[in-house]
Amino acid sequence: MSETLIVPTMADLMAAGKTPEILFWVGSAGSYDDRAKKITRAFVKILNKANVDFAVLGTEESSTGDAAKRAGNEFLFQMQAVTNIEVLNAYEVKKIVTADPHSYNTIKNEYPELGGKYEVLHHTQFIKQLFDEGRIKPSTKTYNGTRVTFHDPCYLGRANGVYEVPRDLLKLAGVELVEMKRHKRTSLCCGAGGAQMFKEPEKGDKDVNVLRTEDALKTNPKIIATGCPYCNTMMTDGIKFKEKESEIAVLDIAEIIANSQDL
Amino acid sequence: MKFIPNILFLIALITGIVFFAKNVKKLIRNIKLGQDVDVSGNKSQRWKNMAMIALGQSKMVRRPVAGILHIIVYLGFIIINIEVLEIIIDGIFGTHRVFSFLGSVYGFLIGSFEVLAVLVIISILAFWARRNIIKIKRFWKSEMKGWPKNDGNYILYFELVLMSLFLVMNATDLHFQTMNSGNVISQFIAPIFSGLSEGVLHIIERSAWWLHILGILVFLNYLYYSKHLHILLAFPNTFYAKLTPNGQFNNLEAVTNEVKMMMDPNADPFAAPAEGDDDDVPAKFGASDVADLNWVQLLNAYTCTECGRCTSECPANLTGKKLSPRKIMMDTRDRLEEVGKNIDANNGEFKDDGKQLLDDYITREELWACTTCNACVEACPVSINPLSIILDMRRYLVMEQSAAPTELNNMMTNIENNGAMWPYNQMDRLNWKDE
Repeated sequence: MSETLIVPTMADLMAAGKTPEILFWVGSAGSYDDRAKKITRAFVKILNKANVDFAVLGTEESSTGDAAKRAGNEFLFQMQAVTNIEVLNAYEVKKIVTADPHSYNTIKNEYPELGGKYEVLHHTQFIKQLFDEGRIKPSTKTYNGTRVTFHDPCYLGRANGVYEVPRDLLKLAGVELVEMKRHKRTSLCCGAGGAQMFKEPEKGDKDVNVLRTEDALKTNPKIIATGCPYCNTMMTDGIKFKEKESEIAVLDIAEIIANSQDL
Repeated sequence: MKFIPNILFLIALITGIVFFAKNVKKLIRNIKLGQDVDVSGNKSQRWKNMAMIALGQSKMVRRPVAGILHIIVYLGFIIINIEVLEIIIDGIFGTHRVFSFLGSVYGFLIGSFEVLAVLVIISILAFWARRNIIKIKRFWKSEMKGWPKNDGNYILYFELVLMSLFLVMNATDLHFQTMNSGNVISQFIAPIFSGLSEGVLHIIERSAWWLHILGILVFLNYLYYSKHLHILLAFPNTFYAKLTPNGQFNNLEAVTNEVKMMMDPNADPFAAPAEGDDDDVPAKFGASDVADLNWVQLLNAYTCTECGRCTSECPANLTGKKLSPRKIMMDTRDRLEEVGKNIDANNGEFKDDGKQLLDDYITREELWACTTCNACVEACPVSINPLSIILDMRRYLVMEQSAAPTELNNMMTNIENNGAMWPYNQMDRLNWKDE
């Protein structure tokens, strides 16, 4: 039903004696989660349009271990890390791009000590570079003046201090960016981090994603933009809980850019 | 007889300082109960952090109202304490306002102290109102009952009394008032006492002087028992705070060694430990009690001033869960104090009291509610990291007790079996390409 994407694997390229410019780390959510897969595809469309020489690990990729580590299972985390690092080093990977802030944080910050030293970029940072280098041209026609609020993923924002790049991209798409009261440093978590995604919340008076969705709704947006597959799930659930799914879309920045490029 | 005040003063001064030194020693001993942690590297960044965050209060002003009020009290506290130097010299040698020979400089100094004292009093009243009249939410959370609530108010009363005594002392000092230099505020207080005889005035002035210095000595010794300890520990705490990105959690070295052993086909699992390898006690993974935490985490606990900025930004707490990052720090300190007292009572040796930080202080429900979002870490004005304690305690629960919630166990089993948090086939990882 959909157009074909060009997605070479590291194994293919190695067989052909080639080394790509970047490795696209898809992440477990981006590989398996139905909603996140759309983000993955949107990002690949951008990569294809910009003729980026990239590859994925495909079936050789495995969980980074972020969720295991944050759940307290350091042992499982390090097993995953060491296994992944072995694969990455065998392919002599130098530069990694990922659409998952959790993978981004873990590979960038926690892998080096275990022998995995790479330049790691979040996909928003990489897309920004593509714009900066003129490999794709910004277009405002799809989203000109659309009210968009941006939800900072914790592992991109507070964890790594990346606040401006995703906003820059939104502005390049011509949106009217409206900030929630809690944003950037004081942004509120979507509720998924620290392995919460995989368990029922403790007893309380509200779910975190509902509170965060309420934050977003106060800005009266057409689109809630984010840069993390887990945030996307949580905010999408929140919008459904508030019965606003017909009025408000939850989109990843990669999807917004891909749409604005008519991809 | 003439020297009795001097002697009494010396006794008070020495007693105050000796008690304080004893408490500081205990404090250091307790902090050192923690595990070693590498705090080397990038000294210049550490000094810079201390200068900006502790000295410069850069994170305090992120909330402007409390931030500015706090800076006034903080500056007042530091600057007015220059006056204590004169009080000590006067007290020991029986002089009166020994620095007054400085003339206009002295007038300027005391004048600015008086202005500051008034500003401090205003700020303290505002702080008191925020706690007790406006009842700002973070001061009324469940962990802020009893001592923590009273402690917060006692500090304000203490400061209020000390500042008032300073002004009364100046107002009733005829010699100082006749100098008419530096009495910018006290000249307006002096008329209140105008009907009194010179002798009575002198008694009031002396009483204010004595109460002022005794109050300072008592306050100094109050610190150890109070959240007010932050005025000292904020400095080392910001110095030793983590320099790496918030998102970077430490990799447990003990685990790395085991993983290496498992991955290395040549490793001999039964090999005798290498020569000089003295830690034959197997490392405990994670933390169930304060001695399993590292000393920076324990320093964090003593530094916490219970302002609750962390808790007020915690997504779990904001949605009614039991987790409060501030309570994590308060519990750690309370347990550490309990362990310290236990050691004191048992001739320097800790005697098992059947208690620990986990369950007796911090419940599992609190630990599992954390989203590791770093809001608490970012919010702390003195760079305390409650998240690192939560993570270390989760590590204990998972790696020592296999006591993770069932859903998380399922998630981890999936990672072990098929390299993802969900039970999907590893071979389907690239299916998204053709969907």
